[in-house]
Amino acid sequence: MKLLTHNMLTSKCMKGVSVGYPLAINALDVRVSEVDFNPEFIARMIPKLDWNVLYGAAESIGQLKDLPRDIIENFESNEDFLKKVHHVLMEVDIINGDLICPETGRKFPINNGIPNMLLNEDEV
Amino acid sequence: MNTPWRTYLLWFAQENVQFRFAEMNSLLSLLNIQMKFIQKPKDIEPYWIVEFASEKDVRLLASRAVSLRSCLELWAHGKSIPDLHEKLKLYPHHLMAPYLQPDKSFKIEVETFCKHFTQKEKVDKIESFNYLPVMGPVDLRKPDVTLQYIEYYGIISNDPPDLPYDVFFGRWIANGLRQLIQKLSLKTRKFIGNTSMDAQLSLLMANQAGVKEGDIVLDPFVGSGSLLVAAAQFGAYVFGTDIDYLMLHARTRPSRITQKEREKDESIKANMKQYNLENRYLDVLVNDFSVSFWRSNIELDAIITDPPYGIRESTERVGTAKECNAVKEEHLSTHIPAKTEYGISSLYSDLLSFSAKHLRVGGRLVCWFPVFREDYDENYLPSHPCLELVANNEQTLTKVTSRHLLTYKKTETFNPLHTAQNEIMDFRERYYTAREETRKERRTRETKIRQENRLRHEKETHDKTNIS
Repeated sequence: MKLLTHNMLTSKCMKGVSVGYPLAINALDVRVSEVDFNPEFIARMIPKLDWNVLYGAAESIGQLKDLPRDIIENFESNEDFLKKVHHVLMEVDIINGDLICPETGRKFPINNGIPNMLLNEDEV
Repeated sequence: MNTPWRTYLLWFAQENVQFRFAEMNSLLSLLNIQMKFIQKPKDIEPYWIVEFASEKDVRLLASRAVSLRSCLELWAHGKSIPDLHEKLKLYPHHLMAPYLQPDKSFKIEVETFCKHFTQKEKVDKIESFNYLPVMGPVDLRKPDVTLQYIEYYGIISNDPPDLPYDVFFGRWIANGLRQLIQKLSLKTRKFIGNTSMDAQLSLLMANQAGVKEGDIVLDPFVGSGSLLVAAAQFGAYVFGTDIDYLMLHARTRPSRITQKEREKDESIKANMKQYNLENRYLDVLVNDFSVSFWRSNIELDAIITDPPYGIRESTERVGTAKECNAVKEEHLSTHIPAKTEYGISSLYSDLLSFSAKHLRVGGRLVCWFPVFREDYDENYLPSHPCLELVANNEQTLTKVTSRHLLTYKKTETFNPLHTAQNEIMDFRERYYTAREETRKERRTRETKIRQENRLRHEKETHDKTNIS
C-alpha cells in the first residue's frame, strides 16, 4: 500500500467512529521501488492531499527522507520538491503490517501490499 | 485562409458494432475534434464517409479508436469499378501531386471486403491504375505513401455478389487500435478470473470513460483487474477494490482449464507489470463497496466497473441475518466475515450515489447493467440527479438476457439531498424464476421439433426412393 492511498482512507464508516482519520500505520515490511516520475501528476495530486497526514505517515514509518514540513510556494514548477513528494507518495510501499483506526484501535491487516478493510458482521 | 475540410473514409471492424457510435462520440468530445458526416452511415456497413478539418485530427482519433480498423483520405468513391476510375481521374491533381513526387516511395494495396481474389487478380486490379501520375519508386516494405483500393461486396461472406456495391480509392492515413486488442488478450495474460472482461470491451469502456493521461480511475468491483489494464493503457493511474479477498490475492481456483494451481506471483500488479504499466498502478484494497473507507472529499476522474450480476459472480456484502452476531474474542484473528445478499437494486443505487459524490464534474461512470430482455424499460435504468446518461448500448448474452453498457457523465456538484433512483429491476430474481419456467417448456418444444424433422426426413427419403 502506497502512502497516497493511505492519505485517502478513513475508518469513519465504523460504528461509533466520528472522524477515523488518519489511520495509524504499523509497518512490518516496507519496500521502496523506483516508479517513473510524472511531475504533472504529482503537481495535480498535491492540492488533493492532506499534507500533515502525509508528513506524519512518512515520518512514522521512517521514510521521510528530506520531505519539507510544509507545501512550498510555486510547487508546480519546483522539480526537486515534486521529486521528493513523488518518492513518498509513489515509491514507498507497505507490504506487510496494519492500518489502525485512531478511535477504536481496530486493526486492518496489510498482506502482500493489499490492505484488508473488511469489517466483521458485528461492526457494520 | 482556412484550409478546406477534406473527405476521409473510416473503416471499422465488424465486431461489437453496437458500440461504434458511442465510442466515436466519446472520443470526438474527449479529443475535441469536429467531424461531419458526408453520407449518413448505416449501422450494418463497416465504413463512414466523413470530413475533418485536418489530417492531424484523423490521426489523433485513430490513435485512440478501438472499433476503427483504418482511415483513408478519400480520393474517389464509385458505385462500380468504371465509375470509380472516372471519379478518380476527376480528383484535383494538386491534391494528389504532393504524394506522387519522385522522392516519395509508394505502394498500392488492394482490399476486397467479403470476397476473395487471387494475388494475380489483385495485381491486375493495381495495373488498372496505371494512369495515376506516380513518379516515385515502388516500396512494398516501408513506403512513404500507401494508396489503398477497396472493393466492398457487402457483409454476407458466403454469398457475395459478382460486382462490388461500393469502390473506394484513397491515401492511407492511420490504423486504429485493433493490434492492441491482441497485445492485451486474456489468452496471454498472467492473472485472469472467470469473469475477466475481454481486452476489446475493456478498451471500449476506457474510451467511453474518456480516460486521459494522468487521470485517477477506480474500479470498485475490480476482480482480476481487466478494466484497470485498459484504463492504465490510456494513461490513467488506477485503484481497485473488491470484497473477494481470495481473488485479490489470486488464491481462487485457476480459470484456465490447463492450469491446476495458480502461480505464486499472480496478481493485478503482475498484470500491470506484464504490459509495462506498473507505474500506473496505485493500489487495490479488500473492501465491501457498501461500506466506504474513502475520505469523503476524494475526487476521481472516472469510475469504470462491471459489478457482479449475481449469476456467475455473487453479489455480496458483509452482514448476517443472525440477531446475536458478535464475533468471539478468540476467533477474531481468523474470522472470515459473514456475507449476505447485496441486492442488485441497492448495489446500483450505491454505485450511482458514490459516483455522484466522488467524480469530478465532467467525470464519467461506465458500468454494465444486466437486464432481462423482455422486461427492459429505459425508465428503470439506474439514475441520479447529478448524472446524465450519455450512452446506452446493449450486448446480448442469451436469448432472454443481455447487458447494457451505460455511460454517465457527472453534470453538477453533488448535493447530499440528491439520492439515486431506487426502482431498479432485480435481474437476478427474474433470471432464476424465468429460467425455471422456460426450461421445461423449451425441452418439450425442442423434442417436438426434432420429431417433426425426423418424420419429414423419413417422408422425403421415402418419396425419393419411390420416384427412382
